[in-house]
Formats: sequence, C-alpha cells, structure tokens
Amino acid sequence: MITELLVFLFRFLILILVQVVVLNNVQFSGFINPFVYIMFIMMLPVRMPKTFLLLAAFITGLVVDVFSNTMGMHAAACVFMAYVRPSVLRIMAPRDGYETESSPSAKELGFTWFLIYAATLTFVHHFILFYIEVFRFSEFFTTLLRILLSSVATLLTIMISQYLFGKPINEK
Amino acid sequence: MRSLFLLLWRNNFTLLFLFLWTICFYLIIRNNNFQQVSVFNSTNKISASVLEAVNYIKEYINLKENNASLARENARLKSLLPDAYYENGVVKTIIADSARSQQYSFITSRVVNNSVNRRNNYLTLDKGSLHGVKKDMGVISSSGVVGIVKDVSQHYCTVMSVLHKNTRISTRFKNSNYFGSLVWDGSDSKIASLLEVPKHVKFNNGDTLVTTVYSTIFPEGIMVGIVSGSELKPGDNFYAIKVRLSTNFANLSHVYIVDNLLKSEQLGLEAQTISTDDN
Repeated sequence: MITELLVFLFRFLILILVQVVVLNNVQFSGFINPFVYIMFIMMLPVRMPKTFLLLAAFITGLVVDVFSNTMGMHAAACVFMAYVRPSVLRIMAPRDGYETESSPSAKELGFTWFLIYAATLTFVHHFILFYIEVFRFSEFFTTLLRILLSSVATLLTIMISQYLFGKPINEK
Repeated sequence: MRSLFLLLWRNNFTLLFLFLWTICFYLIIRNNNFQQVSVFNSTNKISASVLEAVNYIKEYINLKENNASLARENARLKSLLPDAYYENGVVKTIIADSARSQQYSFITSRVVNNSVNRRNNYLTLDKGSLHGVKKDMGVISSSGVVGIVKDVSQHYCTVMSVLHKNTRISTRFKNSNYFGSLVWDGSDSKIASLLEVPKHVKFNNGDTLVTTVYSTIFPEGIMVGIVSGSELKPGDNFYAIKVRLSTNFANLSHVYIVDNLLKSEQLGLEAQTISTDDN
C-alpha cells in the first residue's frame, strides 16, 4: 500500500516536472502543445473512490496552473476529465470486469484498449481546456483544429511513455 | 429532510464535481479581472524560482544570439552619443536644459517565463514592486513592443504579451499619422492584424508601423512591425492589414519596462475633465 502510494507520488512529480520544465517550453509550429501530465489522472487505480479521484485531478490541474500562469483552466479541464472517467471505465469494462488492484495502463489492459481510453479522455480534457482558454465561439473551428492536433500530440507522447517507462511487463 | 440528505449523499460525486468547477471558474474569472492577491503569491514565488532555474539553462543556450543582439543595440546606442557626431558648427551655445524634462525611464529586466503557443500568452519578468514596477506599465525589447504589465509581486511581474486576445495596441504608420489598433488573431506568433484603418489611407507593403502618442503606456515611435499584406472586403470601410511583428516572441530574454513619469498627471487631468463635464 505504502509503496503504491510512493509510486503514484513519484509519477505525479515526474509528470508535472516534465510538463512544466520541458513540454511547456516546446513549440511545434505554435499550434500544438502536448499535455502529458494528464496521464497521471488516467492511471489512477480503477477502484479509487470517486471523490478522491476528483480531488486528485483538481490538485494536479492546480499545480500545473500555478506553473503556467493559467489559474484555474487546467484544474477545470482535469476535474471534468476525472468526472467523466468512471463512466468511460464502465462502458469500456472487459467482459469479466477489472481486477481489484488494477490501474489502467497499456501493459495491463492492452494497447488498443488503452489507446481508445486515453484518446477519449485526452479529447475531453483538451476540449474543455482550449475552449475555456479562448472563451469565445468566434474562433470555433481554429480552436477545434488546435484541439485535434494537440490531442494527437498528447496521445502520441502518452503511448510512447507507456512503453518506455514503468515496470517491465510481468507474466502473472 | 432525511430524504434530502440521502439525495445529497447519493449524488456526492456530482456535487463535489460542481463544487470544484465553481472554484476553478472563480479562479479563472478572478485572475482575468483583478490583481492576484495574497493566497497565490507564495506559491507563485515557488513556481517563479523553478522557472528561473529553467531559464538559467535556456539563457546559456541562447547566449550567443543574445550577445549578438545586445552588441547590436550597444552599437546603435553608441551611435546616438554626442561623441559619435562630427561637429559641423563652429559656434556652440550651451543652454541649461530647463526646456525638457524626462518623461520616460526604463527598467531593464530578464524574461524568466514565456510562451507563444497559447491563445493568451504571458511573460514573467524578474523585476517587481521592489524595483518600482507597477501595473499597466509598457514592456518593450530592443526590437519592438512586447506587452503590458498585468500583475506585480515583490520580485516578479507578469506581462500580458501582444499575443493575447485582450491586448490592443494603438499603432500608426511611421510615414503618415493614420492609426489603428493592433490585435492578435491567435494563429501565428509572428503575425498580427491592424484594424480600424479607414479605406482612404494609402500605404504599401513593407511600411513600418510604430506606437502612437495616444497611449500613456508606450513612448511614441516604438517599432511594432511591418505591413506584410492587406485586404479590403467590398463594402467594408476599414482595411484588414496583416502585420509582421518586429519582436520575435519565441526567444525574448532581455526587455525594458517603461515607466511613464507623467502618466498619472495626464490620466488625472483627463479624469477631472470628464467628471466636471458630467456635472
């Protein structure tokens, strides 16, 4: 239990640091902006109480906000994503349910499953984030394009890091 | 009453979600309208020091370029010194200069955080209220206009850059006095648009645009950019002009904060005129 907590804390710190120190400074053509830190919320345990999930998402978003001068925007997007997550998990549940201790990852639930799961949540997060940032509908389609391109960039980073880091696939 | 509590308890997930969202939107709205106050100042100090460390490394990477641009500016400034001029006249009269008084003073500052890829971009500078920075001061770089100071803490200030949807900069053509306001449409960090230029104005691609004297924020004649294209839709009375910004926002590192010493006098007078007009 304690080691698991430490793993999550470590992942939280690393992802936030990577986001704030590296990715916030990366500029792909002024349009694309990967937000890899949302992987932390995606990978919280399936059985985690929903209220904790919301609070964890809120804190994660708030920390990123403090570092990128966007008070409240990331927090709002993260909280919404966490609000949607249980429904997504329920719809995508495997036939015999989730294992009690499992947390969603490409290694535990397979590449395709995780890709669909991550794509849904990434899109939800980016949709809220970008529209809150723009806060007007006159640039609807430009913003939508930015959302789609950034979602692809985020998704790509998330999928790569799924296989680069973490425990090697253990045969149970 | 009991069933009400039961209902609340059963929906606690949604309620907590709504509660957190309310907080988020409160933060977003407050941050857009007011000064950031006490609660987040300490956290900002932490984040600013991390960002400063990152910037320390970035500065090394850009050192060569920065040196070159500083050297260029030094050369330009040196060429303005009296020593650089050849004295043509024979008789020289010296007047104790009471005819001029200083209107602008400049505070040099380093950029410790910067972005160009959002819809609303901000910079963080390493000078704050201790150094005399106040809200609504202008910020310029050696190549042109950068933005307007938004919030100030003791050691840092945040700057609403030109690349922000609420920034409007009063801009005129250098060779004529026609003016318009410069806004950024959010796509390319090198291109902005100049609006409200009436259709009878004549100009060419490549014309230089500078700040006007109407704003109390920037000195007159600070470079803004160059006309790179224009469009006049049939039936429109105003041009839509594309402007290539002279400031490269992607690699800003040293900027100047402009302190207009006569600003409060001017604004006070104008406010007085308007209030007496109302009576």
